[in-house]
Amino acid sequence: MCGIAGLIHRGKSSNVGSELQGMLQALKHRGEDSTGYALYGDTDGKNFIMRFKVGENVGEGSSSIMEDVSVYDERKKIVDQTLAEMGAKVVKEERTLPYSLRYEIDYNTKDLLEFSQRIESIPGVEILSMGKSLEVIKDLGNAKMVCDRYSLDKVVGTHAIGHARMATESGVDIKSAHPFWGYPFSDVSVVHNGQLTNYWNNRRVLENKGMRFMSECDSELIAVYIAEKMRDGATLEEGMKASLTGLDGVFTYFVATKDSLGMAKDTMAAKPLVLYESDDLVAMGSEEIAIRSVLPQEIDTYDPFDGEVKVWQI
Amino acid sequence: MANLKTVSKKSKAQSMGMHTEVLTGRTQQKFFNPDEAENFYYFGTYDVDFNKRTELDVKDMTAPEANKEIDNLMSQGYGTIVIKNPQGKHSLGVGILNKLNLIFEGSLGYFGMGSCDGPIVRINGRVGWSCAENLMAGKVVIEKNAGSCFGAAIRGGDLICKGSVGARTGIDMKGGTIIIGGDAGAFTGFMMQRGRIIILGDVGINLGDSMYDGTIFVGGEIGSYGSDAVDAELTSSDQDWLKRKLKVAEIGENFDVSKMKKIVAGKKLWNYDNLEPTEKKGAI
Repeated sequence: MCGIAGLIHRGKSSNVGSELQGMLQALKHRGEDSTGYALYGDTDGKNFIMRFKVGENVGEGSSSIMEDVSVYDERKKIVDQTLAEMGAKVVKEERTLPYSLRYEIDYNTKDLLEFSQRIESIPGVEILSMGKSLEVIKDLGNAKMVCDRYSLDKVVGTHAIGHARMATESGVDIKSAHPFWGYPFSDVSVVHNGQLTNYWNNRRVLENKGMRFMSECDSELIAVYIAEKMRDGATLEEGMKASLTGLDGVFTYFVATKDSLGMAKDTMAAKPLVLYESDDLVAMGSEEIAIRSVLPQEIDTYDPFDGEVKVWQI
Repeated sequence: MANLKTVSKKSKAQSMGMHTEVLTGRTQQKFFNPDEAENFYYFGTYDVDFNKRTELDVKDMTAPEANKEIDNLMSQGYGTIVIKNPQGKHSLGVGILNKLNLIFEGSLGYFGMGSCDGPIVRINGRVGWSCAENLMAGKVVIEKNAGSCFGAAIRGGDLICKGSVGARTGIDMKGGTIIIGGDAGAFTGFMMQRGRIIILGDVGINLGDSMYDGTIFVGGEIGSYGSDAVDAELTSSDQDWLKRKLKVAEIGENFDVSKMKKIVAGKKLWNYDNLEPTEKKGAI
């Protein structure tokens, strides 16, 4: 069991970091092995923001192998060199934790595939997100712990999705934590609650088509599946509708792009989702108490039906 | 009511109105024995006065604290309790085995009013998954929508949702009546064994999948029928019962019940005598 939450403000910005923290913390009983945020912040849209890791959190409860911290510096150095070779200029650099970095990059490209492949060819390096608005922050622990660790409570933006994870089919580590970036598409992210039973079949097909997987977490398949559909020209909504038959198992998932937020529920409606929708705000979560953390007053909510796909624009 | 000590064993359950379905096939009926009546009383129940009313604000309480306080108020004789600020908390109002008039001013989370026997409940909001699971008797009315597994495994009572409900409504139900004013999701009536479900709106795929018995009435469109769910003739007594039930439920009073569809079990899945594949191989 995991918990997912998401919200989108329409026509305005808000403190989405703090709001999502409240929603995910309300769901912490659904899993606190790791928590992840995909925040769509207000930016000028000029530079790419790359969130990446050069190692794992090897703290208590982690399933990762301990490494010497000096390895992180080595990897960072190679990333910096590779960026310079590609002509990507680092405008701003933040190193929140020894293994976790945030770069603002001046780089003129529309195809992030080659860029990402070069960066991720460096052993131990994984891009968590790449985009002009999206930032994926994920780490071990519950929502408040991760929020405090990365100072997310002041992030202002239009929309966000997040995930509170109880690890079941893969390790307790950052690479298996949600959200997943919709590699190699700028500003696409996914969170999922459920289990996919045709993971390996789909993975083999997608890998043969050149798509990349970083973990063995079944949820990553959704991000890759939709990214591949979009690469072939499908809209977000079309990709999500295709997933209802292309993916087997039980699932409720959210996908966010730079200007939209979508949800899909499998045809058996086996995983929970409660939704609130008004003219200026859509908020949804695995349980109503997540929504109540941002809207404590009495509101009208509902469960989307089986096989339902919905997409909202900012 | 018939004198249970004198009527024949075969008709006791029908005499008491415990069921009216025509049970066929290999159904095993368990009959109520009046000599065992004392087994059906609960210890620790309270004598409450419906005119004695109080309010309880649960905003800063956990669900166990709130439920304990409800019990405490009943012990003081309060028969009408209004719960303020439930705010989607889980497991509120569970395990009430008492007559009680309970009103929630707001929405409940998961498992609200589970395992209850006797209370009359009105929820002026929405409920999450598994509302009123295993309800034995009483009446629960939800003014807005409900999540999945609404009325799972209920054995009696009336469960009414004026809005729409999620998937697997009435799953494994063994009695009672579920009434839905709006639409219902997939697998409604999944493996139901007895009782009735009324849906005034549309219903999703696999309606009545693998149902053993019981009856489902649908006013709108049906996504698809589940295994062994079949149409049956809507009789005039069905229509009379539907009208009466909808009126009592304060829902769809003017609904044209004559156009409703009636779905029952085809009873073709009862093939427990079939050999397992390995046994078949051995027989060849």
